[in-house]
Amino acid sequence: MGHFEATHELDVMIEENGYDDHFHDHHHGDKYQSNFIHHYIFSMDHKIIARQFLITGIFWALIGAAMSIVFRLQLGFPEESLAWLQPLLGKWIVVSEAGIGKLAPEFYYALVTMHGTIIVFFVLTAGLSGTFSNLLIPLQLGARDMASPFLNMLSYWFFFLSSVVMFYSLFLNTGPFAGGWTAYPPLSALPQASSGSGAGMTLWLVSLTFFVVSVLLGGINYVTTVLNLRTKGMSLWRMPLTIWAFFVTAILGILSFPVLVSGFFMLMCDRGLGTSFFLSEIFIEGQALDYIGGSPILYQHLFWFLGHPEVYIIILPAMGLTSEVLSVHARKPIFGYRAMVYSIMAIGFLSFIVWAHHMFMSGVNPFISNFFVVFTLIIAVPSAVKVFNWITTLYGGNIKLNTPMLFAIGFVSMFISGGLTGIFLGNSAIDIQMHDTYFVVAHFHIVMGVAAFFGMFAGVYHWYPKMFGRFMNETLGKLHFWGTMIGAYAIFWPMHYIGMAGVPRRYYSFDTFDSFAHFGDLNKFITIAAIIVFAIQVVFVINFFVSIWKGKKMTTRNPWGATTLEWTTPIDTGHGNWPGKLPIVHRWAYDYNKDERDFVTQITPLAEGETPGDH
Amino acid sequence: MTLNSNNRSRIHPQKFALWLAMGSILMMFMAFTSAYFVKQATGSWVEYRLPNMFYLNSAIILLSSLTLHISYKSFVGGQEGKYKWLLVISFVLGIAFLAGQYLAWSQLFEMGIDLKGNASGAFLYLITGVHALHIFGGLAAIFVALIRAFTWDYKVTDKRKNRFEMTLQYWHFVDILWIYLFILLLFTK
Repeated sequence: MGHFEATHELDVMIEENGYDDHFHDHHHGDKYQSNFIHHYIFSMDHKIIARQFLITGIFWALIGAAMSIVFRLQLGFPEESLAWLQPLLGKWIVVSEAGIGKLAPEFYYALVTMHGTIIVFFVLTAGLSGTFSNLLIPLQLGARDMASPFLNMLSYWFFFLSSVVMFYSLFLNTGPFAGGWTAYPPLSALPQASSGSGAGMTLWLVSLTFFVVSVLLGGINYVTTVLNLRTKGMSLWRMPLTIWAFFVTAILGILSFPVLVSGFFMLMCDRGLGTSFFLSEIFIEGQALDYIGGSPILYQHLFWFLGHPEVYIIILPAMGLTSEVLSVHARKPIFGYRAMVYSIMAIGFLSFIVWAHHMFMSGVNPFISNFFVVFTLIIAVPSAVKVFNWITTLYGGNIKLNTPMLFAIGFVSMFISGGLTGIFLGNSAIDIQMHDTYFVVAHFHIVMGVAAFFGMFAGVYHWYPKMFGRFMNETLGKLHFWGTMIGAYAIFWPMHYIGMAGVPRRYYSFDTFDSFAHFGDLNKFITIAAIIVFAIQVVFVINFFVSIWKGKKMTTRNPWGATTLEWTTPIDTGHGNWPGKLPIVHRWAYDYNKDERDFVTQITPLAEGETPGDH
Repeated sequence: MTLNSNNRSRIHPQKFALWLAMGSILMMFMAFTSAYFVKQATGSWVEYRLPNMFYLNSAIILLSSLTLHISYKSFVGGQEGKYKWLLVISFVLGIAFLAGQYLAWSQLFEMGIDLKGNASGAFLYLITGVHALHIFGGLAAIFVALIRAFTWDYKVTDKRKNRFEMTLQYWHFVDILWIYLFILLLFTK
């Protein structure tokens, strides 16, 4: 491959302007992917690892979403028999003599807990940033692969191991952990506290510890790659916003996940070694336990020191993907590129000093709360800058309303609706009423659940051709978008009203609360909407997998007319990404509609007298 | 890391990744430190004297950092013999540190400070225990260096130099981390 014959115009351009790093002089390419196991399973190629993360993420998303359907059935139709679910859930459906099947309350809590854990960590952290950081960082920066392909492979396999442990815990006789995804002590610290607190919680801790290892290995790799392996000409200020987002996300992960591990170690000591970090004097079944003087609030501090950056670990990649997709399909440069970058950094920084807004009701000093209120509300500023820039990017654009673009616009919509309720919840006074109600559930599901999924979908539809060489079905894609968009609002909008009335989250049943009785119909409505939205996600999954083999083939390298480097690689992108020399970058990533040209790729040298697009 | 052909900076990407990992480890100990202070501020905190072994161990770990550093200098400077025996000594000192920590824990236990008692003691075991795990990682790296030193032909290449530098930096890191933790425990107990 040392003397690569360039025929495609992009190859010619790279061959003429690029530089030779002698990558293909050594024949590691052939040895590297010589058989099935090395190619598809223990692969060290970032493009394969990205697809592994994505497909594992889809698997978990289906399980997590299906769990939500089961507990929504309980909430929407508490009187109906669930006996038909018994073949699937076994003893967790208790069938009375009259043949009425009831969801066991303990299992309801397990479902809620696992739904949160799975979606937050496995789907929206590993499935989102794991997929797209892996796919795009080397491709968009002009690198042959990640800084350490081996650690990258380990990162996926630690995630896989973590998945296996968590999946196993679902089938325990005592059930998986059921104390909420935040795993607050004492429910998480006392094995005898509930049926899921024993083996279920042990496996939860083991699984998430592996998961943190995966995040750290991945994050260290992403940051190193961004800082060390950019191709010539790719200055930091020429990086696409996707890369900026992944870069800051990785830094957040490296700094915040170790803190969670500290909390986990202390929790493990409390559970297994009898320490009293998080446990104070507790009576169980009339018996006093040995623990003295521990503080459960301490765990909350440690947890949320990760927990808040974690929501930005989820949303920043979605923001980056959205910025890129909006710009490409509006055929316009992203508005306020530098403001976008500074906003990402500001959000990243602020995310570390707002954690106690999750703890306003835990008895923290009100004066300390004020500090956290102020910084929480300040996050609205960079967030609003980003929203303004997205909308301004759309303004006057030549908008192509295809599926990725629809999802990107949907992301902006969801981020606005969900973000606005964040301003309510960020106030410690209003939080007295809103805390732990469905208002909170509605807020975070829209702003970091649905919005992050929309960013992910935009990314999947947009980069699908790059991943699989084919397109996903556009009609099914549009059905997926409209169904999800309308359906998601139908699910979460009513929850705001329920929450404002004070209905608490995580309750199994509201039988005994007469004041909430009139929300019965609304709850039915939400459940029906959730079932429809779930069915539409199945359409997406079918579309995804069928298109791998049956989708419309990609015939040109750059189907969207994008400027970034990943579209200058061959359709069937081999190991090392570029078959010959590496491209050299001459301009920023957003030269759309410039000097009467629809788009100018980053590898096109500046014409004589041309002013750079980011001047 | 075969793919650093277009490396932009003078730092080897592996070394840079190691620094990030150290930052991550540091964050973990920062979390322990802040938890320690928060817990202490809530009262019911038993004070006790640190075991004497900790002073000796601090000296041992500092000495091992020094010997490993000189070993590295000798490796680069072409003094094969000095490089090898100082590497052995560093490894032995590392083991001695771990053994010393174990003795220190035993001393503590005899003083009546145990995991199940007051949080002040539990924190001490936890923090020094997690630190010992990181020492163990460093020892593994030195062990690999040791095997290579005695099985491979002596040759100073960029790759081997970089590997040695990384081992050395990590060892200095866990050393300084220990000194920090020791001072923390000494002055805030």
